[in-house]
Amino acid sequence: MLQQSGHHTNPSMIAVDALAAIDAGRRRRRNIFRVQVALVWLVLIGLLVAALVVTKKIDPAFIATWAPFILGGTGDTILISIVSIAFATVLALLGAIGRLSRNPIAYGVASLYVSLVRGTPLIVQIIFIYLALPQLGIVIPLLPSGILALSFNYGAYMTEIFRAGIQAVPPGQREAAEALGMPEPLVMRRIVLPQAVRIVIPAIGNEFIAMIKDSALVSIIGVTELLWRAQSVGGRHFRTLETLILAATVYWALTITFSLIQERLERRLAKADR
Amino acid sequence: MSDSRPAVQVSGLHKWFGQLHVLRGVDLEVRRGEAVMLIGRSGSGKTTLLRCINFLEEPTMGRVEVDGVVVDANPLGTRSRHHRQQIRQIRLRAGMLFQEFNLFPHMTVLQNLIEAPVRVLGITRDEAVSRAEAQLARVGLSDKRDEHPSRLSGGQKQRTAIARALCMEPMVLMFDEPTSALDPELIGEVLKVMEDLAHEGTTMIVVTHEMHFAREAADRVVFMDEGSIIEQGPPDRLLNEPQDERTQHFLRRFLASGQSAAD
Repeated sequence: MLQQSGHHTNPSMIAVDALAAIDAGRRRRRNIFRVQVALVWLVLIGLLVAALVVTKKIDPAFIATWAPFILGGTGDTILISIVSIAFATVLALLGAIGRLSRNPIAYGVASLYVSLVRGTPLIVQIIFIYLALPQLGIVIPLLPSGILALSFNYGAYMTEIFRAGIQAVPPGQREAAEALGMPEPLVMRRIVLPQAVRIVIPAIGNEFIAMIKDSALVSIIGVTELLWRAQSVGGRHFRTLETLILAATVYWALTITFSLIQERLERRLAKADR
Repeated sequence: MSDSRPAVQVSGLHKWFGQLHVLRGVDLEVRRGEAVMLIGRSGSGKTTLLRCINFLEEPTMGRVEVDGVVVDANPLGTRSRHHRQQIRQIRLRAGMLFQEFNLFPHMTVLQNLIEAPVRVLGITRDEAVSRAEAQLARVGLSDKRDEHPSRLSGGQKQRTAIARALCMEPMVLMFDEPTSALDPELIGEVLKVMEDLAHEGTTMIVVTHEMHFAREAADRVVFMDEGSIIEQGPPDRLLNEPQDERTQHFLRRFLASGQSAAD
């Protein structure tokens, strides 16, 4: 590489060429490494599937028969996740404003909410909303129960994310707005929150990916999403291995897809800020 | 005659930060149309004084009056509605410029300029836009109207911030070391705008380390030390023939440290 640029007489140009060559080399090595890793993944997965099929531990025909029904739960899984993350975001926003408020009622409500939800298992909350609330005369249908439980739970965790996001907005922003005579609520709504939301978008992406996986928990009360379908088919035909492999594959594909989408979004946001 | 009333009147102002006594009974009167420069070592209380005038810091004791709006220090009653409303009235009359500009990064230059006039003063968007365009022209940034602050240089940011403050048509402009965060080659363009404002008769209070600028643009220079005003007077007298030993010491050290070379 260095020899190729020998026709340069300017030593600094030679240095630039050398640096570019080193950079290109590093990039090539990194790409080769990636391809190798992908191959290792393929081989491992291939071996696993082949072993299961050859030893007749799984029945491909059974999978083919039931796949449409089980995969039909994917829509519910995505729907639950999207609606829940939307509600959770709103709850988190309110929760964060409450947690930063000097008003004892607002702070009290918000901190009790966060403490209660974070201090109890999600699965207990799901069952509680669907099976315990009716005893108080509050009957919530199946799917809304699942969505409500996930929203409440994630809203509490995301409250802390939003709170950190609001606090990450430089104090000078608030001061400048106040110095312009803007009253506090306006400062929050027009100056602080828009900047805080930008700061927390990557974190919301992470929460959404976690939500896709946690949405499987609502199968416990009978929401007909991916896991519920896999379990009911598997249990009835004593072929849980096949159905769970199928469900797990879908979850995996979903999380990988949304991770990639999130990565892109983050890069675009970073670019827009510059 | 409303013009005989002072623009800003500070009386008996004290500020403690915990055990630290930062302002020790400051009295300051700024007349309409007057440009007052505050000078002194870092930690002498200049910035705190400025921030107490529009209550970004709540003074511990004393009284602030801006254009007839009087607010007494009330460190225990900061949450009362009346107190907050009075403070807002003061802030509408006293525009503030910061060392770090503090433009809103999620808005364009124009949006930065019309946000408060529309939402706080309640003027129409069209009116706010024409006001903003006039102020942008004044600071020489008409072509940056639709840019985001991240695309501006430091000097352009501070000039935008000045235009933003002017759009509120305040009675007095307060500058807190407006050029301290700027690269040396960008300081001039900001000082030029400020000098024009001063010569046009804008009432201003400026915390600055730019002695050359103070000499050119100030009607009065105020020297502060350890939370008190030590000496004040017209720039020629105060900067050339300071009476108090502390002022002499400060100016000697200041000139010796080569800061004047930037002039």
